Amino acid sequence: MSDILKSNVPEGPLAEKWVNYRGTMPLVAPNNKRNIEIIVVGTGLAGASAAATLGELGYKVKCFTFHDSPRRAHSIAAQGGINAAKNYQNDGDSVYRLFYDTIKGGDYRSREANVHRLAEVSRDIIDQCAAQGVPFAREYGGLLANRSFGGVQVSRTFYARGQTGQQLLIGAYSALSRQISRGSVKMYNRHEMLDLVKIDGKARGIVTRNLLNGKIESHAGHCVVLATGGYGNVFYLSTNAMNSNVSAAWRAHKKGVFFANPCYTQIHPTCIPVSGEYQSKLTLMSESLRNDGRVWVPKKKEDCKKDPTTIPEEDRDYYLERIYPAFGNLVPRDVASRAAKYVTDEGRGVGATGLAVYLDFASAIERYGKSEANSKGMNNATPAQITEMGEAVVKAKYGNLFHMYEKIVDENPYKTPMKIFPAVHYTMGGVWVDYNLQTTVPGCFALGEANFSDHGANRLGASALMQGLADGYFVIPYTIGTFLANEIRTPQISSDSPEFKAAEAEVKARIKGVLDVNGNQSVESFHRRLGRIMWDYCGMSRNAEGLTKARQMIRELRAEFQSDVFVPGSNDEYNPELEKALRVADFLELGELMICDALDRNESCGGHYREEYNENGEALRRDDDYMYVAAWEYTQDNADWNLHKEELDYENIEVKTRSYK
Amino acid sequence: MNWFIQFLTSSIGRKLIMSLTGLFLILFLPVHLVGNLQLLMNDGGEAFNVYADMMGHNAFIQFTAKGLYFFILLHAVQGVIIYMKNKNASGQKYAKSTNANATWASKNMIWLGLLLLIFIFIHMGDFWFAMKFQEWDQAELGREMIAYNIEGQSVELKNLYAKVNYSFTNPLIVGVYVLSMVGLMFHLLHGFASAFQTLGLNHKKYTPAIELLGKLYSIIIPLAFAIIPILHYAGVVGK
Amino acid sequence: MAEKTINIKLKVWRQGGEFGGGKLVDYSLDDVGTDMSFLEMFDVLNEKLIAEKKTPVSFEHDCREGICGTCSMVINGQPHGPMKGTTTCQLHMRSFNDGDTIVVEPFRAKSFPVIRDLVVDRSSFDAIIQAGGYISVNTGQAQDANAIPVEKDVSDAAFDAATCIGCGACVAACPNSAAMLFTSAKVSHLSTLPQGKVESSKRVQAMVNQMDKEGFGMCSNIKACEAECPKEISVDNIALMNRQYLASVLGSDKQA
Repeated sequence: MSDILKSNVPEGPLAEKWVNYRGTMPLVAPNNKRNIEIIVVGTGLAGASAAATLGELGYKVKCFTFHDSPRRAHSIAAQGGINAAKNYQNDGDSVYRLFYDTIKGGDYRSREANVHRLAEVSRDIIDQCAAQGVPFAREYGGLLANRSFGGVQVSRTFYARGQTGQQLLIGAYSALSRQISRGSVKMYNRHEMLDLVKIDGKARGIVTRNLLNGKIESHAGHCVVLATGGYGNVFYLSTNAMNSNVSAAWRAHKKGVFFANPCYTQIHPTCIPVSGEYQSKLTLMSESLRNDGRVWVPKKKEDCKKDPTTIPEEDRDYYLERIYPAFGNLVPRDVASRAAKYVTDEGRGVGATGLAVYLDFASAIERYGKSEANSKGMNNATPAQITEMGEAVVKAKYGNLFHMYEKIVDENPYKTPMKIFPAVHYTMGGVWVDYNLQTTVPGCFALGEANFSDHGANRLGASALMQGLADGYFVIPYTIGTFLANEIRTPQISSDSPEFKAAEAEVKARIKGVLDVNGNQSVESFHRRLGRIMWDYCGMSRNAEGLTKARQMIRELRAEFQSDVFVPGSNDEYNPELEKALRVADFLELGELMICDALDRNESCGGHYREEYNENGEALRRDDDYMYVAAWEYTQDNADWNLHKEELDYENIEVKTRSYK
Repeated sequence: MNWFIQFLTSSIGRKLIMSLTGLFLILFLPVHLVGNLQLLMNDGGEAFNVYADMMGHNAFIQFTAKGLYFFILLHAVQGVIIYMKNKNASGQKYAKSTNANATWASKNMIWLGLLLLIFIFIHMGDFWFAMKFQEWDQAELGREMIAYNIEGQSVELKNLYAKVNYSFTNPLIVGVYVLSMVGLMFHLLHGFASAFQTLGLNHKKYTPAIELLGKLYSIIIPLAFAIIPILHYAGVVGK
Repeated sequence: MAEKTINIKLKVWRQGGEFGGGKLVDYSLDDVGTDMSFLEMFDVLNEKLIAEKKTPVSFEHDCREGICGTCSMVINGQPHGPMKGTTTCQLHMRSFNDGDTIVVEPFRAKSFPVIRDLVVDRSSFDAIIQAGGYISVNTGQAQDANAIPVEKDVSDAAFDAATCIGCGACVAACPNSAAMLFTSAKVSHLSTLPQGKVESSKRVQAMVNQMDKEGFGMCSNIKACEAECPKEISVDNIALMNRQYLASVLGSDKQA
């Protein structure tokens, strides 16, 4: 193991690590907290909850978002729910089981102690959110309801209709708003972080661009917390928001923060397929649909353009049920996505582009309709009546999702099977952090999707919200003390120091650089081409040959960008094209690192599938050689990254092959 | 009392004033109507004239009337203030504005209200002012005195009935009255239920009933008022 | 599944930079696929403008799935366009016909000053939330989530109000530029739940006062807000806020 990568996992039995550590870690006294400034970048679940909680504790917090309001962060779009080991359903759930499911779901590529801590604090999150006024779904008795999600055998998912992320984010946003009104948090809207500033090796501030007028500003603090989300938009098309980007994390990376497991991307199996060239983003349909929908494609290629309702049962291939009889349509996301890729690669995809499979509710409608007819004592119900009653049941369960589908696709999913296809959804990789969520740069922390820590190679449903809030509400408020306890004698950091001036100058030069190219191609067109390369060669399945080729293609694309991009307008104004140009420039670098990582990992695990490493089409993990976290150190532009390995030890869990057959 | 002034000048405080004064005026209208419907009695105007005289001299009525004038003015002044403040709050006008889903009345309360205010001035100048501050000796203008035998005593009263009948021979005046009552109908169609909404008196079970009552009220009351000039003009009564 | 295309004309509000104080500028786009979303149509327009080395139209957008509340356009006089219960980003070109002229303007209100073209500043909404749109509970103070049962209907009602995305369509639709629907949705969400009832009296005064301070207009119960709200939030919330405000100011000793 690299000696730079100290995971700082506390000693002791797994279940007691966090409790004991929390009880013995250094603290910052209230009178000192008042003098310590913390910079929080990002206001999604992780950032908003961290800023609010740190403000409550008495720190002076400065919080930044590029949005017009902290409430817009993309956590808001999460639909399904949030896991917690409450065992309210008395179905055998426990902290250990949630821990186990998360490690297994992550294909044994995450750090045990972090995941166990996540499972422990998951219970507190639900309590906290309910107290904040998050209107979780409830039973008639007034207690909280749960549902189950893919890849687990218990019901531990708390939800607020199909808008759980929205409600949780509004909870965190209101907690943040409260601290803003009390003056403990100073909010900077429409400020984008463009660089991390280090003084004497420690993170001491950031350089931002005021998006309204282009002003380059320095903001200093005793430490910097990055909660800037994932990098799925490197694929251009993803379920991420249009403005989600990697730039904050990437800038920190170039200042010495290691980037871990960048090749682990989650491709979500149930998204609305691409409809045309102009497509700007993809929309997710909640995983919960796979509880009742059956996935199929025609057996014969010539049936693919036919009206699906006219294809007889014997000519349909319910391929998930066929290949994975044990889990059927409820296999984990990576497995379901890959299977969809195989059948479309065989030419059996449906829809205008041939890049879609059916998600069919006809048998669920019939099943529910018959059950309704039974319970109403209608022994002679006509098929039409059964369908009508069945549709009503399906509507009650998934009405808002069906409505959204119909709005986008303009087809009635009650009558015609939905068309779905996998799409980039989440990035498990991210900034490398230790147990304290501190990066390789002292004083720089990373939370939520921005870090790599908890999901290994694949994330289970309803655990992203859990991780974001765990990091923000219940982990960083403690662990930040391990750094800050030694900083109480550090006076207020001045943003006038030469380090800040140098960073500002570098940022200004970078901006001038993209503006001065004055070429002929739009930023958007480069982003689209990058996305195409990433999707084709570093998407659902990868191979060494393709990756090697793609790395070269990206380098060429980057060179072309630097010589032919056209960014209209100037720096000194509201200029979304400039914002986009800076972000795409960073994606063009990140893409190459993702490919390096994918090339290095000569195995298939979770969201990373290397065609060379399979066993009868199923992912082949190589634990002996690759049970490590790949943490990449930036050296210089257009040069190789240095790889540092953090070996993963599983002391509390037996490492097995995932099987869903 | 600082909080009270702050309250009265808050957005909801101002709307509360609109709502309460509006409801008072809504209560006043049927009372006024019952008196006025005596104009449709075929008694040569005796019941109406005696009623009108009573209204002019009863201390309680006089006291209430002062309140009424105050509330009308308060409702009007507050309405104008709200309109100005709202104008000030709204930005540049839309080049294309539909407000497709809002009723016409709800967007034009200020204009309907100003129409009604003008009407009230005309109406009061015509009858109330004449009744209260003018000598009645000009039969050709409908201003004449009439003697009645009330409880064995002969009393000379102003013949307001004749005055009303005279005024309503003028098609212009009849037109103004009928138009104003149409305006009143629209004003009420929005105002009635709106007053309850502003007070927060909103209930899943009762609000539909309030809305229905409001619609019936808004149509029946102005219609009944409008019938009086029409019937007088048409000569069905009063000739 | 051959895709239909239409030709359209656009009149788009441009403001700032070369367009100064603002004006409607005409554009035309041919062969617009009807499966395109309204914002994708704008992407196409902007790509065209950039190719001509002109300044693209600034408009705000982010999630493009109807939940973040960032997109803000008034399309043919209606905030978020003609489709009920839909944000601009979820509106598709199939809602328009070949040859249509589409007028696109920013959300207009004094309290939403225009930043550029179709982009407005809605930080007044944040200020209203900061005045009291929260439950005062510090992290770690909460009791077990099931310790306070909440009747399902009550929880659902709170949810209906909490679904507000803070886009500002209510203000844009209101002839008075009132923010009553936005403010009342938050008041209603929090005061309906037992957890939030505790401080509801103070909250409603603080939020209404802030709303007034931000310069929003007064409610005339026109209900255009409800009609245009992409989340179809009911004006019943406004009645509830009025009721609570009056009770709080007149019936309690609270003073915000």
